[in-house]
Amino acid sequence: MAVKIIAEECIGCESCIDACPFPGAIVMDDGIAKLTDKCNGCGACADACAVEAILVEETEVKSGIDINDYKGVWVFIEQRDNHIANVSLELICEGRKLANELGTELAGVVLGDGVEELTKYCFAYGADKAYLVDGPVFKDYRTDSYTDVIVEMINRYKPEVVLFGATNNGRDFAARIAVRVHAGLTADCTELGIDPETKQLMQTRPAFGGNIMATIICPNHRPQMATVRPKVMKKVEPDFTKTGEIIRVENSVKEEDVTTKILEIIEHATKMINLSEAEIIVSGGRGIGGPENYYLIENLAEVLGGAAGASRAAVDAGWVPHYRQVGQTGKTVAPKLYVACGISGAIQHLAGMQTSDVIVAINKDPEAPIFKVATFGIVGDIHKVVPLLTKKFKELKEAN
Amino acid sequence: MIVCIKQVPDTTDVKIDPEKGTLIREGVPSIVNPFDKNAVEAALKIREEKGGKVTVITMGPPQAVDALRECLAMGADDAILLSDRAFASSDTWATSYTLAMGIKKVGNPDIIFCGKQAIDGDTAQVGPGIAEHLGLPQVTYVQKIKEVKEDGMIVERSIEGGYEVVSVGMPVMIAVDKSINEPRFPTMMGTMKAHKKEIPTWGLAELGADEDKLGMNGSPTRVKRIFAPERKGQGEMIQGDDESEVCALLIEKLRDKKVV
Repeated sequence: MAVKIIAEECIGCESCIDACPFPGAIVMDDGIAKLTDKCNGCGACADACAVEAILVEETEVKSGIDINDYKGVWVFIEQRDNHIANVSLELICEGRKLANELGTELAGVVLGDGVEELTKYCFAYGADKAYLVDGPVFKDYRTDSYTDVIVEMINRYKPEVVLFGATNNGRDFAARIAVRVHAGLTADCTELGIDPETKQLMQTRPAFGGNIMATIICPNHRPQMATVRPKVMKKVEPDFTKTGEIIRVENSVKEEDVTTKILEIIEHATKMINLSEAEIIVSGGRGIGGPENYYLIENLAEVLGGAAGASRAAVDAGWVPHYRQVGQTGKTVAPKLYVACGISGAIQHLAGMQTSDVIVAINKDPEAPIFKVATFGIVGDIHKVVPLLTKKFKELKEAN
Repeated sequence: MIVCIKQVPDTTDVKIDPEKGTLIREGVPSIVNPFDKNAVEAALKIREEKGGKVTVITMGPPQAVDALRECLAMGADDAILLSDRAFASSDTWATSYTLAMGIKKVGNPDIIFCGKQAIDGDTAQVGPGIAEHLGLPQVTYVQKIKEVKEDGMIVERSIEGGYEVVSVGMPVMIAVDKSINEPRFPTMMGTMKAHKKEIPTWGLAELGADEDKLGMNGSPTRVKRIFAPERKGQGEMIQGDDESEVCALLIEKLRDKKVV
């Protein structure tokens, strides 16, 4: 997009400067607004201008394709050992809404070895169709084999929207496909919608550690691709009586062409360690005081049937392993309940957990920033409060 | 080996203007993206064991040269800056194309290292994009390098709830997670050497790139709107005579919300 200011119309009210998310992109020059090279063309100023002195022009970008050839919404069904990742089911439900708004069909794309059974889940959660790619070469996710086959499918069937869970595999996969088919890809979306006029997919995601939100579109390229954070989209009740069309996809991928080999998959021993899928997470920060006190966090997590996490401070101090870290440089989570114990709430931590449904913060410093995002806050010593909570929850559980 | 890095604003220092709800970026220090330092460290470690040369490359405005110097000070041998007005407003598609063209001009590396993602955009898309533009295999979220052989490597790749052990051929693009290592600090000597080092700047002409694939022209995505996130309203502070009462009150409220 290109933004233009019509100098004759400008009344110098500066409301465009207030609306501009990029400091220094608009300056006042002799009482008239002027754009600098810091302008990123987002057009936020045009909406704010009361006298229509700002024009936003779409710049035509050649993509060499006719976007009208592309129809249908696809959801990539991620599986490991033939178990579907929850986020894929969430995306079927979200994809259903998008497909309805577009008046088109929704399909699940299932890749794996002996995975026909999984197509039932696609239909139960709302898909009209399922594309099935089945064979030993697709047993585990591998960038090369998976990309080769899905690119063949995209070129053959031309979907307009393709959604992936923002998991390590989903993000690895989508990024590779988008470059090969020259599609636009938006990472880590937390909201999707269809523009009622243009029918474009509007993809909203946090940026700068969750400090701002950006809505991204992809006007001239297809498919429109997005990875979506786990736990953000809501699942509906499945209806396993529903059925749909299964399209078996022939493909030319051979094991000898795939140079990447998975030698072993090792699951972390601790149960419920998968932070991104946990419904309840209890995390400890610097306030726990040392590795010897982390059991307080684990105990509370266990009695709640949740997972134990940690802040960067606790991980950097070497108290807790990195795979438990919640935050921008760790895992992004959005559980139903997040309990932050002795975590001050640095932006980098908030970025990873502030979309949780209910946040409880326990900290001895009443000024700690974590209280700003908390649903419930307790000012107190975690060494007293956390064991007490654990005890009370345990009693409740036993009483039931 | 080539390491791709990015200069980013230190997001831990980004503040929000409370009235306008916009970012205040003035005075925010620029740093080398933290994950990219892990990538530099991984390359330096392999150089120590197996020899070879480490070149760092970045695409950015002229001031991104500071980030390159920091990596030189850590011990990288060479640095290249890709900078041109034609690269402005690139999304991850165009950025990965530009970096791939730069890497091609440097030569044929055995390993291209990237950080897992940059902390300003958090997309994790540029590493795989580079690999695709160059037609190379990729392993992302690498938490450990187990073995580097003549024609390939064995690495651990983190996945949800565990990790996988992956064998991959070379040349390859490896995107590293933070847990892979602890990046070294620049030495005094290194900093002085880095200061004197000449860093070439390559633009559109030097790369011989296709202009239709650069900058805004090469970017399929557009930012339609940027806005401040809805903040949760001020939460409720739970108070009571003692910890026991406070805990009981909290449990009651959580049960009301049906989260426990």
